[in-house]
Amino acid sequence: MMFNVEFETLPREALEAIQLRRLQAVIERVYATVPFYRKKFDEIGLAPSAIRSLDDLARVPFTTKQDLRDNYPFGMFAVPMDNVVRIHASSGTTGKPTVVGYTSRDIATWSELMARALAAGGATRGDIIHNAYGYGLFTGGLGVHYGAERLGASVIPISGGNTKRQIMIMTDFGPTLLTCTPSYALHLAEVAAEMGVDFQKLRFKAGIFGAEPWSEQMRHEIEQKLHLDAIDIYGLSEVMGPGVSIECIEAKKGLHVFEDHFIPEIINAETGEVLPPGSTGELVFTSLTKEAFPVIRYRTRDITSLNPEPCICGRTHIRMNRVSGRTDDMLIIRGVNVFPSQIESVLMEIEEVEPHYQLIVDREGNLDMLTVLVEVGEHAFSDEVRVLQSLEKKISKNIKEYLGVSVKTKLVEPKTIARSEGKAQRVIDNRKI
Amino acid sequence: MRVEQISVFLENKAGRLAEVARILSDTGINIRALSLADTSDFGILRLIVNDNARAKEALKQQGFTVGKTDVVAVEVEDRPGGLHKILDILHRANVNVEYMYAFVQQSGSNAVIIFRFDNLDEAVKVLQANGVTVIEGDRLYAM
Repeated sequence: MMFNVEFETLPREALEAIQLRRLQAVIERVYATVPFYRKKFDEIGLAPSAIRSLDDLARVPFTTKQDLRDNYPFGMFAVPMDNVVRIHASSGTTGKPTVVGYTSRDIATWSELMARALAAGGATRGDIIHNAYGYGLFTGGLGVHYGAERLGASVIPISGGNTKRQIMIMTDFGPTLLTCTPSYALHLAEVAAEMGVDFQKLRFKAGIFGAEPWSEQMRHEIEQKLHLDAIDIYGLSEVMGPGVSIECIEAKKGLHVFEDHFIPEIINAETGEVLPPGSTGELVFTSLTKEAFPVIRYRTRDITSLNPEPCICGRTHIRMNRVSGRTDDMLIIRGVNVFPSQIESVLMEIEEVEPHYQLIVDREGNLDMLTVLVEVGEHAFSDEVRVLQSLEKKISKNIKEYLGVSVKTKLVEPKTIARSEGKAQRVIDNRKI
Repeated sequence: MRVEQISVFLENKAGRLAEVARILSDTGINIRALSLADTSDFGILRLIVNDNARAKEALKQQGFTVGKTDVVAVEVEDRPGGLHKILDILHRANVNVEYMYAFVQQSGSNAVIIFRFDNLDEAVKVLQANGVTVIEGDRLYAM
């Protein structure tokens, strides 16, 4: 089922003609309106008019998360704030989040692309969508919500958490489509089983899962336990939010990138060189139609490859394979992006502790558990148990308040955190995804 | 009227306590009293030894986090009701005991109990006013 048959099945030539026209327009626009881009272009003597073919995109400088941080909060916006109707944010590498904005036309575009994504996952206007992505600054909840309404489906804006209540609503309202992170889907299955609720008796036919990395093995597990088709969705707030790419229910093999709105590239993360189709490398996106927050060659740090082969669903848009890793040390904990440097910033603000820490990630049951090991130096130490326990609580509380993710803090002896070549190993990820 | 106690941070894993004992043994330190407070994650070992400075130095050198606290050593009659009498005095004077543990040796016919108080000076005053013997550090280390 396709939401926009005309654009989703455009012949390659027509698609590329649209891409080039839109690329030239967006380059002209960011050059004229965003000082950051103008400076970058001027530095290498590249005039917007020099972009004459899609291949010329390779001449354009990259944009990084650091660039977004340097222009915090609104410096990368290409329209006056009068025209911005929505602001979202995601984790930055340090204290400040990455901020993105949308005009009303951007919201309309995003809604259309999310409607396409939901339809690719099997949704129609007759469906009831149980949307358990978080609502708020995170793009997941509202992204799916607007797409569901655009599609004409009924959406239950349940958001995250309060799992037992979610199961009750699933039982009573009979939703047919589930949207949440894949690990939360498994958690729902577990809680339902504890409550004696059988997913087979619920009405779900498909689930659209994203915002964290998962695997084929996890797909099988979800499909078995929840009795639905599990579909992978991809997006990031810097590029738009969910709905940048989606698997089709027909093939479930690679995620179609909506190429009339985004140009994906795969580059060598070290040299920046563009790699041919099929090669694995870092995924880079250029937004073609966004007004408030266009991004030009934005480095996602996600590692994957592109597959240009035709798909059985009839969509002509290129597919990206599952994201297999990151080129930086970002962790995704229950859908929340966490950088070790953010944890470090929180620890630095607590007087007693020195920033000797390590992050251990486990999957307990189906939920990610982040344990923060902190070395106890003489400043933090006390001969009283309650003093040390309240320090543990304080660290966990500050991290929760700052990053929005629950962690367990564990105090350890000095020098127990393995240091390799003088540099501490900050993250141990024991998850088998 | 204070006795020095050293405390050591221990992770709750096998062999850590033995490691502390080994270091003290190698340094020729005699442990006079000890208590271990633990949670599921970590423990705090509190020690009274015959040479605090050397014990502390040796443990720190081996990478342990070591703290120093003043505690009070009190003589308690070694018969039923001996401890109760002391605690009753403290309770009536509204003195809060953080923790306490028994000393290994006796002082004549009396037992010795180590107390950690929030307000040490106030506690010592109350005890002495009620005729309780508080033992000096030097005497205790040599017991």
